[in-house]
Amino acid sequence: MNMSPETIAQYKGVYVFAQQVDNKVSGIAYELLGKARELAEPLKTDVTAVLIGSGIKDLADSLAEYGADKVIVVDDPELKEYRTEPYAHALASVINEYKPEIMLVGATAIGRDLGPTVSARVATGLTADCTVLDIGDFPLQPILGKEDEQLHNQLLMTRPAFGGNTIATIACPYNRPQMATVRPGVMQKIEPKKGAKAEVIEYNPGFTPDNKYVEIKEVVKAVSDVKDIMDAKILVSGGRGVGSPENFKILEDLAAAIGGQVSCSRAVVDSGWKPKEMQVGQTGKTVRPNVYFAIGISGAIQHVAGMEESDIIIAINKDEDAPIFDVADYGIVGDLNKIVPKLTEEIKAAAAAK
Amino acid sequence: MKVVVCIKQVPDTKGGVKFNPDGTLDRGAMLAIMNPDDKAGLEAALRLKDQYGAEVTVITMGLPKASDVLREALAMGADKAVLVTDRVLGGADTWATSTTLAGALRNLEYDLIITGRQAIDGDTAQVGPQIAEHLGIPVISYAQEIKVDGDKVTVKRQYDDRYHMVEVKMPCLITALSELNDPRYMTPGGIFDACQAEITTWGRADLKDVEDGNLGLNGSPTKIAKASDKVRKGAGEKFVPDTPEDAVNIIVGKLKEKHVI
Repeated sequence: MNMSPETIAQYKGVYVFAQQVDNKVSGIAYELLGKARELAEPLKTDVTAVLIGSGIKDLADSLAEYGADKVIVVDDPELKEYRTEPYAHALASVINEYKPEIMLVGATAIGRDLGPTVSARVATGLTADCTVLDIGDFPLQPILGKEDEQLHNQLLMTRPAFGGNTIATIACPYNRPQMATVRPGVMQKIEPKKGAKAEVIEYNPGFTPDNKYVEIKEVVKAVSDVKDIMDAKILVSGGRGVGSPENFKILEDLAAAIGGQVSCSRAVVDSGWKPKEMQVGQTGKTVRPNVYFAIGISGAIQHVAGMEESDIIIAINKDEDAPIFDVADYGIVGDLNKIVPKLTEEIKAAAAAK
Repeated sequence: MKVVVCIKQVPDTKGGVKFNPDGTLDRGAMLAIMNPDDKAGLEAALRLKDQYGAEVTVITMGLPKASDVLREALAMGADKAVLVTDRVLGGADTWATSTTLAGALRNLEYDLIITGRQAIDGDTAQVGPQIAEHLGIPVISYAQEIKVDGDKVTVKRQYDDRYHMVEVKMPCLITALSELNDPRYMTPGGIFDACQAEITTWGRADLKDVEDGNLGLNGSPTKIAKASDKVRKGAGEKFVPDTPEDAVNIIVGKLKEKHVI
């Protein structure tokens, strides 16, 4: 399935799928643009955002402010809500028409459906849920006697596997584009450049519904005014050890006192105590707050994978051997029911004293 | 109606991962289980069997040992099992895995193909949608509910902040989330029958409409440049305070030291 070096040479530029939902650009799109800018530098190329939807042209300016040199807009009424088919057709057509060397997609519930479908359609490799992206050589070290076979300026995609126990760096040396889905919350946005403009290219490959067009009967948005836990500076996170949904009240009180938000582990979501959008971990969200309280959380590796980049981790758990203590900066062995309410009072008192 | 469920045998990462002295995964020391999302997909298929008399076939790609999960599926109530195994299929990435499974699925009749959303070893969630693409059928990922009505299927499709109720005409492929259901246990009679049951085994020659260049390690566009254990930040300080007051003083002290409060 390998492409010839001549074909590969035709593929240029770093492209980003600029996910939007309800005509609002998702944060991951800006994060990808930040990373794309970094990757474009050693490649001496530019950054293109691919914006797909219906009535979305106005969003191009914000993509320019966050680092896009060009924005390809695919605007069609068929693309109003995300559906695998018209979206895959749109993105695959852009790839075939404009030939990017790198195509980044967010590892969201949309991107992890769109990415594989598109990669299969354009017949290239896709690396899932990457946490580090670099430009480098493949193989990493030249092979003795075959030094000239080492390829340069390759996208090196690093991702965790086996529930976060191992980490692998993957390349896609003989096919283009080099595609990756990238975990939200990991890459850094650039400081937006107010008033920046991108070259806007309108492109429509034509959409003819076929057997792959599903019909959306109903759209049900999660009714919650909860702020995204990925934006929180302080998270007060609870696990099964909190004991009951009612008992999360003591975590909410602590969060309110310290100016943070409540999040939770997978066990809590699986028990139906808290909604999925509050879940931290491998199958939830990756967070990196200034302070992460892990309260009654045992610290399964899948949970740790989603919070270990936090600046300060404070764990409270009655089980002295809980694995959370292996990653906590400060581990407190004790009864959360006794400690947390008192901690809330002390923090309130400290705030009042200022 | 005919339902095919793609399942995978995976090391149980929940019980901790074991490594060989050279740092590679010691798969032999880890319990091998049916991937949880796949098991939920199988349960969904078995409910269609209970409800509509659907015929349920399970298929897996792997080493001969992977037939263990096929027997487990038969013991839960699946009707037929297919093992796809061949030396030339080894080392496949998600592209080559999906071309292989698509090649096998072309030999089977199906109204519905169900895969798990993702396997707990690779966590890619790519093989399901890629199979659908190779077969030219619609894919609905992240299914939280599946309902069949005549030749149509309605799926509750999960997104990050919402869900869609989606309807499509079969054949189609659905990827199942483990929260879809609680899978049933094997029955003693089922286990007995499963031990006797014949498992169809297919090799490279049995795959339909697949080029050699799309199979195994050589047919995998992604190449591993480096693999290693995750280096984790070490443990910090651990305290075992005598009283809750002491615990609070420690935490408040640290928060003040770090200028959080």
